[in-house]
Amino acid sequence: MDMATLAQVLDSTLRLATPLLFACLAGLISERAGIFDIGLEGKILAAAFLAAAIAFVSGNVWLGVLAGIAISVCMSLIHGVASITFRGNQLISGVAINFLAAGLTVVIAQNWFRQGGRTPSLTGDARMAQIDLPFAEALADVPVIGPIYNIFSGHALLVYLAFLCVPATWFLLFRTRFGLRLRAVGENPAAVDTAGVSVIGLRFGAVAICGVLCGLAGAYLSTGLSAGFVKDMSAGRGYIALAAMIFAKWRPWHAMGAVLLFGLLEAVANRFQSIEIMGLALPIQVMQALPYILTVVILAGFVGRAIPPRAGGSPYVKEH
Amino acid sequence: MSTKRIPHWADVTLVPLVSVLLAFAISAALIWAIGESPWNAVKLMVDGAFGSSYGWGYTLYYATNFMFTGLAVAVAFQARLFNIGGEGQAAVGGLGVALVCLYIPWPHWTLALLGASLGAAAFGALWAFIPGYLQAKRGSHIVITTIMFNFIAASFLNYMLVNFLRPQGSQDPSSPRFPDTASLPKLHEILGLFGIPFSKVPPVNISLLIAVALCGAVWWLLWRTRLGYQIRAFGESESAAQYAGISPARITIIVMLISGGLAGLMALNNVMGEQERLVLNAVEGAGFIGIAVALMGRNHPFGVFLAAILFGFLYQGGAELALWTGIPRELIVVIQALVILFTGALDNMVRIPIAKLFSLRRAD
Amino acid sequence: MATIPDQTARQEAAASAPPAIELRGISKAFGPVQANKDISITVQRGTIHGIVGENGAGKSTLMSILYGFYKADAGEVFINGRKTEIPDSLAAIRAGIGMVFQHFKLVENFTVLENVILGAEDSALLGPSRRRARGVLKQLASDFELEVDPDTLIENLSVGHQQRVEILKALYREADILILDEPTGVLTPSEADHLFRILRGLKEQGKTIILITHKLREIMDVTDDVSVMRRGEIVATRATADTSPTELAELMVGRKVLLRVEKTEAQPGEEVLRVDGLRLVDGQGVERLRKIGFSIRAGEILGIAGVAGNGQSELLEVLAGLREAEGQAMLRGQPLPLSGQDCNGQARRARRIAHVPEDRHRRGLVLPFHAWENTALGYHHDPRYNPSPWRMDGAAIIADTAAKMERFDVRPPDPQLPAEGFSGGNQQKIVLAREIEYGPDLLLVGQPTRGVDIGAIEFIHQRLIELRDAGAAVLLVSVELDEILSLSDRILVMFDGRIMGERMADATDARELGLLMAGMEHA
Repeated sequence: MDMATLAQVLDSTLRLATPLLFACLAGLISERAGIFDIGLEGKILAAAFLAAAIAFVSGNVWLGVLAGIAISVCMSLIHGVASITFRGNQLISGVAINFLAAGLTVVIAQNWFRQGGRTPSLTGDARMAQIDLPFAEALADVPVIGPIYNIFSGHALLVYLAFLCVPATWFLLFRTRFGLRLRAVGENPAAVDTAGVSVIGLRFGAVAICGVLCGLAGAYLSTGLSAGFVKDMSAGRGYIALAAMIFAKWRPWHAMGAVLLFGLLEAVANRFQSIEIMGLALPIQVMQALPYILTVVILAGFVGRAIPPRAGGSPYVKEH
Repeated sequence: MSTKRIPHWADVTLVPLVSVLLAFAISAALIWAIGESPWNAVKLMVDGAFGSSYGWGYTLYYATNFMFTGLAVAVAFQARLFNIGGEGQAAVGGLGVALVCLYIPWPHWTLALLGASLGAAAFGALWAFIPGYLQAKRGSHIVITTIMFNFIAASFLNYMLVNFLRPQGSQDPSSPRFPDTASLPKLHEILGLFGIPFSKVPPVNISLLIAVALCGAVWWLLWRTRLGYQIRAFGESESAAQYAGISPARITIIVMLISGGLAGLMALNNVMGEQERLVLNAVEGAGFIGIAVALMGRNHPFGVFLAAILFGFLYQGGAELALWTGIPRELIVVIQALVILFTGALDNMVRIPIAKLFSLRRAD
Repeated sequence: MATIPDQTARQEAAASAPPAIELRGISKAFGPVQANKDISITVQRGTIHGIVGENGAGKSTLMSILYGFYKADAGEVFINGRKTEIPDSLAAIRAGIGMVFQHFKLVENFTVLENVILGAEDSALLGPSRRRARGVLKQLASDFELEVDPDTLIENLSVGHQQRVEILKALYREADILILDEPTGVLTPSEADHLFRILRGLKEQGKTIILITHKLREIMDVTDDVSVMRRGEIVATRATADTSPTELAELMVGRKVLLRVEKTEAQPGEEVLRVDGLRLVDGQGVERLRKIGFSIRAGEILGIAGVAGNGQSELLEVLAGLREAEGQAMLRGQPLPLSGQDCNGQARRARRIAHVPEDRHRRGLVLPFHAWENTALGYHHDPRYNPSPWRMDGAAIIADTAAKMERFDVRPPDPQLPAEGFSGGNQQKIVLAREIEYGPDLLLVGQPTRGVDIGAIEFIHQRLIELRDAGAAVLLVSVELDEILSLSDRILVMFDGRIMGERMADATDARELGLLMAGMEHA
C-alpha cells in the first residue's frame, strides 16, 4: 500500500467513524442512565432523511441539521415514554423505533419527492461544506507532516464536532453534577431516589441527549458523508455503534478508539476486495463482520469482560 | 399492582385488539396525511389480498414465512428469552437447504423435503446455539448477541455465495438452481388433487402445511410435554424453576435450539419453495416480522397463526397498494412498527386503562 | 470530651425544647393489610429511641412514611415542633432526616466521595463539591470514628464500612435526625460495637437517632427510650432504664391466642439427617451460617426458632439443594452433596427430601400456572404423570390434583384455577399437599403458616404432625414462636448464623426462647 492510498484510507476512516461516534456516544449516555437503546439505527435513519429533506427544501444545511435533531429527539421521547413512563420493554421499544423509521422515511420521502423513497441530490449550501484547516495547502508538499496534516483537514464541521464530543462527554459524565447523577441512575436508581433526585427526570434527560447525538449522526450521514438521503442509508450503523459502545465498555475515550477501528475496517473493506495480513488473505466479508465478531467475543467475556450498567434495561419501581 | 387484574379472556383478546386498532388508526391517519384515502386503501388491500386465489396465494405465502419466524420468537419468549436473531437464523437455514438440495441427488421431492428440513433446522439451530450457550454459560445478553449474529450471518452468507456457491463465471451472488427433484409442490397442485382450482402464479407451496402443522406441534410441545412444562415454568418464574430442579442453563440452550430451528425452517418456504436457489438477503426482514407476529399473538401458537395471516394480508395488500396508489410498500413496515410498539413496549399504556375499566365494573 | 455538668445542661435544654419528632395517629394500609394503626411516638432531641418488634410488625413501613416513600392514610408528623409534610425523600432530607436503610442505597462502583455528594452537590461542576466533601469527611471521621477512605470504591468496602458511608451521607446533608433500619443485621459483633460507639458520639453532639431493630441486646445497650410494635401498633413505650429484656420479649411476642395442637408423644426413630460444620458465605462475603451441626430423627419435628435473618432461610435452602455450602451432611447414612452437580432440587427429591419453601410466591408456586400444573412442580418427572417419554398426562395430573385438593380441603377445589387466584391459605395447602403426599423421609418446612388464616393454620399443623407420626422427619423453620412451641418436639434456636441452644419443647417457654433468639447466651 503506497502512502497516498494509506492517506486516503485514513481520511475516509475519519469520515466513516463520524456517524458511528455520534451514535456510539448517544448510546453510551442512554445506557449509562440505565436505558438500553437498540433504536439508535432508527433515529439515525429518521434524522438522515429529515435533515436531507429540509436542507434540500430550504437550501440551508444547518436548518436540515436542526430538523434531523428534532425528529431524532422525538423518537427518543417515544422510547422514553414507553420505557420510562410506562415501564415497557426497552428492547422491544427500540425494535419498534427502528422499524418506524425504516418505514416512515420511505413513505414520506416518496410522498414529498416521488423519487423512489430518496431525496433529490443536495448541492451547494444544502450540503455540508468542507473545512480546510489553516496552512493545509501550504503544508501539502512537506514530506510526512503534509499528508498527515491533510488527513485531518478538509472535513465537514460535524466531523470535528464529533471528535470534540468525546472529551465533552467524558467531562459531562465524570466532572459534572448531571453526569454523576446520570451514572448513578444507571447503576442504582434507588440511591438517586433516596437522595431526593428524580429518577424519571434524569432518565428522560439522558434519552433526550441520546436523541440529539443520533440526530447529528443522521444529519452528517445524509448531508456530509453523502449528498442526499437514500432508503435504508443507515445500513446497520446504529448496531455497529452499539457494538462499539460494548467494545468500549461504555467509556467515551475507548468509544473513540472503537469507532476508529470499526471505521477503518469499513474504509478498508470499501477500498479493497480482500486484504492480506501475514500471508493470510482476509476476505472483505470478514472485515465487514469483524466489528460484530469482536463484540460477541467481548460480551462472552473471553477477553476482558464487558459489564453493562447494573440497572440497565429495567424500569425503576420504588421499593424500600 | 392492584390494577393488574384483568380477566383472562380480555387479556388474550381485548388488550391485543385495542393495541392493533391503535396501530391501524395511526396508520390510517398517516395514509390520510399523505393525501390518500384510508378507506380506499383498506378496500384495495382487502381486495388484493383476499379478492382472488392469486391474492390468497401470496397472502398465504407470506403468512407461511411469518408463522415460522413468529413461532421461533414465541417459543423463546415463553422462556423469557428475546431472540432477535430470527433473521440470521433463517438466512443460515437457507444455506442448509441449499447445501442439502445442491449436493445430495434426491430421487423425489418428498425425500428432498425431509433432508432439507433437517438441513434448515440444523443450520438455524446451530446459529442460535452460540448466543444461547453464551447466555446460559457466560451471561452474555442474548438480545445483543443475536443482533450481532444477524450481521455475521449476512457476511457469512455473502462469503459462501460469492466464493463457493456461485456458479463459475456468474456475476450474480446466488447459487445455481436446485434440481427439479428438489422442487416442492405448489398449493395449486395440492388443491388440484381435490379438484379445487387455484392460481398457479403465487409461490405458496407445501411448506404452508408444514408451518400450520408446526403451530400445532409447538402448542403440543409447550402444553403437553414435560419439556414444554419446564420451559414455561422457567419463563414464568426462574426462582420457582430452580426450586423444582429445572436447570436454567439447560432450558436456555434447548429453547434457543428449538427457536433457531424453527426460524431456519422458514428457508423451506422462501429458498426451496419460491426461489429454488439461494440468493442474497432471501429472508427480507421476515425474521423481524416474527417479533411483531409473536407479540401480537401473545406468544401462543394459535395467536401466531392468526397474526401471521394478518401480516401476510398486510404484505400482500401493501404490495397491491404500492401498485395502484402512491403509497409505497414501506407503509407495511410502519404498521408493523406500530404493532410492535403498542402490543409490546406500550403494553401498559393499553392495559392499565382496560384494567381500570374492569375494576370500575366490578365495583358497581 | 463532654463533661458531666455540660451533659446535664444539654439535657435540660433538650427537655424544654420541642421534641425532635412527634408522630400523631399515623395509619397506613396496603389493601386489606393494616401495616400501621394509629401510631403516636414522641422522640426527644438528643436521644436514641429504639423501635422493636417482630418481622412484619410495621416498623419499616412507619420509617418509610417518615422518609417520604409512602404517604400515610392518616396522621401528622411534627419535626422540632413544626407540622411537616413529607411527600418525598427530598422533603425528608430538607427536614433534616437522614435514613440508613437495611439494604444500602449505594452505587457500588462509585467511590465513597461520589456516593456522599450524590444529590447534595454544591454546583453544576463537581470539583468544588469534591473538595468540600473531602474536608467535611475528614472532620466527620475525626469527630465520630467514621473513618473511610474517600477514594475507595464501595464494592471494595466491607459491609460495616459501607454502612459508615450511609451514615456519612446523612451527616453530610446535615441531618439532625438519623433513622437506622436494622443496622446490625449485616454486621459482625465488633462492627456492631463500633456502630454503637458512633451512635453514642452522635447523640453527644445533639443528634436524634431512631434505631429499628429486633435485637433486644442492642436496645438495652444503646437506647434511651424504646417503643414496642406489634401487628402495626405501638403496644408500649418505656424508658430503657425502666424495662428489661424479659419484659420487651413478652411485649414483642404478645399474648397471642395459644394454638395448642393435639399431639402425642414423639417416637423418634433412627437418625435421618446429620449435618456437620455447615458454613455458608454469601455473595457479599458475609458468613450466613457459621459451622452448624445438628441431627434429626425419623418421627420427630425439629423446630428452628429465631428472628428472621439469622441464617434459618439459608439453612433451609442449603438442605433443599438450592444453594451451595461447605460442610458435611449424611442422609440415612449416605453422604448428601452440598455442592456440585448433584446439589439441586431434583436430586434432593430423588433422595426423598421434600421442601415447603418459605416464600411460596417466589419459589413454591408458579403463580400464573393452574393449580394442577403447580402440583407437578418439581415432580414433573414422576412416572405417574408421564406415560411416555414425551407426553405429560394432563388428565392424570388433574385427577391427582383434584384428589389432593379434596384431602387437603383446598377451596375452591378447582385444579384449573391459576395459583394466583387462591387465597394464601389455600395456596399453601396446594404446596403442602404436593410435598407431604410425596411421602418424604425428610420434610423441610419454612414458615408454613405465614399469611394463612386461622382455620388453615390448624389444618396445616395437623397434617405436619400426621406426617411425623407416619415416621417422617420434619424440619420446621418459623419465626412464629407459638408455632415452634406447639409443633416441635425439639427446638434449636438460631442467632447470627449459629445455633444458640437446644431445648426440648416441653421443657422451655416463650420467654426463654425469646432471650435465646435475642442472642442472650445465658437465658
